[in-house]
Amino acid sequence: MTRLAEILEPLVQLTLVRFREFYREPESIFWVLIFPPLLAAGLGLAFRDVPPAALKVAAATPALADALRGEELLEVRMLPAADAETALRNGKVVLVAERRPDGGVLYRYDATNADAREARMMADRAVQRAGGQVDPIATSDQLVVEPGSRYIDFLVPGLVGMTLMTSAVWGVGYTIVDARRRHLLKRLVAAPMPRSTFLMSFLVYRLAMMVIEAGAILAFGVIAFGVPLRGSFAALCLSCMMTTLACTALGLLIAARARTTEAVTGLTNFIVMPMWIMSGVFFSAQRFPEWLQPAIKLLPLSASIDALRANMLEGAGAAQILPELAILAAWVVTCFLVALRIFRWR
Amino acid sequence: MTSRIAHVEAASQSRRVCPHAPDRAAEFDWRGIGPQELRVGEDIPNIALSVKSLRKTYNEVVAVKALDVDVRKGECFGLLGPNGAGKTTTVEICEGLTEPDSGEVVVLGMTWASDAGELRHRLGVQIQETQFADKLSVIETVRLFRSFCRKGPQPDELIALVQLEQKRNAWVRTLSGGQRQRLALACALAGDPDLLFLDEPTTGLDPQSRRHLWEVVMQFKRAGRTIVLTTHYMSEAEELCDRVAIMDGGAIIASGAPRDLTASLRAGHILELTAARDSVSVDCTRLEGIAGVSSVREDDGKIRLQVQELHASLPLVLDELTRQRVALSNLETHSPTLEDFYVALTGRHLRDD
Repeated sequence: MTRLAEILEPLVQLTLVRFREFYREPESIFWVLIFPPLLAAGLGLAFRDVPPAALKVAAATPALADALRGEELLEVRMLPAADAETALRNGKVVLVAERRPDGGVLYRYDATNADAREARMMADRAVQRAGGQVDPIATSDQLVVEPGSRYIDFLVPGLVGMTLMTSAVWGVGYTIVDARRRHLLKRLVAAPMPRSTFLMSFLVYRLAMMVIEAGAILAFGVIAFGVPLRGSFAALCLSCMMTTLACTALGLLIAARARTTEAVTGLTNFIVMPMWIMSGVFFSAQRFPEWLQPAIKLLPLSASIDALRANMLEGAGAAQILPELAILAAWVVTCFLVALRIFRWR
Repeated sequence: MTSRIAHVEAASQSRRVCPHAPDRAAEFDWRGIGPQELRVGEDIPNIALSVKSLRKTYNEVVAVKALDVDVRKGECFGLLGPNGAGKTTTVEICEGLTEPDSGEVVVLGMTWASDAGELRHRLGVQIQETQFADKLSVIETVRLFRSFCRKGPQPDELIALVQLEQKRNAWVRTLSGGQRQRLALACALAGDPDLLFLDEPTTGLDPQSRRHLWEVVMQFKRAGRTIVLTTHYMSEAEELCDRVAIMDGGAIIASGAPRDLTASLRAGHILELTAARDSVSVDCTRLEGIAGVSSVREDDGKIRLQVQELHASLPLVLDELTRQRVALSNLETHSPTLEDFYVALTGRHLRDD
């Protein structure tokens, strides 16, 4: 046997073990291959683009109601003043228009409700037009529904990042702790097995699984929803690879010392859940306060999803997503080295 | 690399006449291999393992205290003792899996502090209660462990060695306890080790499986290799071990060849009497006075006498029992065993089996 084969053979065998444990577990195939596209399909349906709904308003007099009906995005009901008040209070309408004693119009609405403010503007315009106001400048609208700006376009890169992270962190953590619990880890280090090779086998395995996992979601997104892949394919692959390596290293770190599957489950949830929420998988991370943004940007899942979105939706190449890739690389190196150092082998 | 592997043809030449082990066990033959040549750093050529003043505590519980052991090259050395005696801790320190608090461990002339990498290649290790991955097959598991080693039998030869050919492609999950232990043994032998550690290799196995395993261990020993095993089966130690050390409470309380230990009882035979349920109880002090009886011990309703010569003492003992009007329900006799030695030493049985 040559020197190279002596080094590679354990890595090959250990990686094969990872694969065999995966495909001999039928449930895992469901979670990895079927679940993410199902999730994307469900969310894609829920958030599909629908025309804006008409806003419900009430008018106190028939003349006022007719005036308001001139605006097609208002759904107008004629209600006596007392009923209109009740409808406004329980949210059945967002605005009530009444005739003032002096001949003017009174709008009653809640100014903190965006719908109500919009209804106020539309209602007033309808009232003014009915009163004879003429627009000085003619305008027209052209509605745009373009791939790349829909919710599903926002969602798919997020799902890719989330799936890569979840399967890496869970798969690695659970497998290692289970091996430790069974004394298999102790038996392996009693053999002349290079320890870093053992940890490396997880990185190799996860990289291979990444092709399947990310591929399944991307293929589904592109075929079913026409999600665009505007950036270079190489940069997309690089983003996925760095995500996988960072999250696998994170998984190794999480599993470095835990003795029970309960402990590793708790720890994984503790680390993964905040990232699901903060890293912008389902909604933009911009919703979090400004002072939190720098910290959020440093999370591995944020870096991953930012890079994927920039690549897929804005056509960014490797150069433009360099900061995100650098953050991921820092996670890979730090987690792997710390894990190797503090790893409990028995 | 010169092959250390004698080929399968050897099997046809060496048909064994062994009632217990099927002759398939002979397929991998270590006889052509011989004891290991000496290597640099082996200043005590005949000692495979040397342990001095070893001490280990876990949270203030002393697991091993002031333990000294020397294991000679080419012998099978047994650590005997009840659960919690410190056997596993001792062995795992020798295997480099546990750090001792203090003391010195020299394995094959090397220490874990400076030669861990080399030592891993020269030791075969089977640890207690290893559960291999359930969904790997036997051959896949053996191939994995073989891949770590720079020399040794091929995976299929290892499987033949422990007679698991029938289960070659079966998942580990489907193996019986005995088959799992044999798989563990195959993995321990993957690197063709100079020194083999077996921690309770036959615990929980039926007698047939136990014999299978013994046969493989004996074959390995006949090739001049060294074995350290722990067990709480006295019969296993008698069958396999050249020397044993009996551990209790973290220390060795006796050591030597099984034959020497049993001989030290100065008893030609052990006589065990059981009084009938409705009989009067036996007055043991009067039995002690009988010529040729060196000790009398009562435990668990059994009276156990060590006697020099059975034919001389037995009639006298029976006469005495008749005089005491004792009715017997059972009378057994056997040559002294390690179990008898252990009972004489500690007043306890090691294990009911």
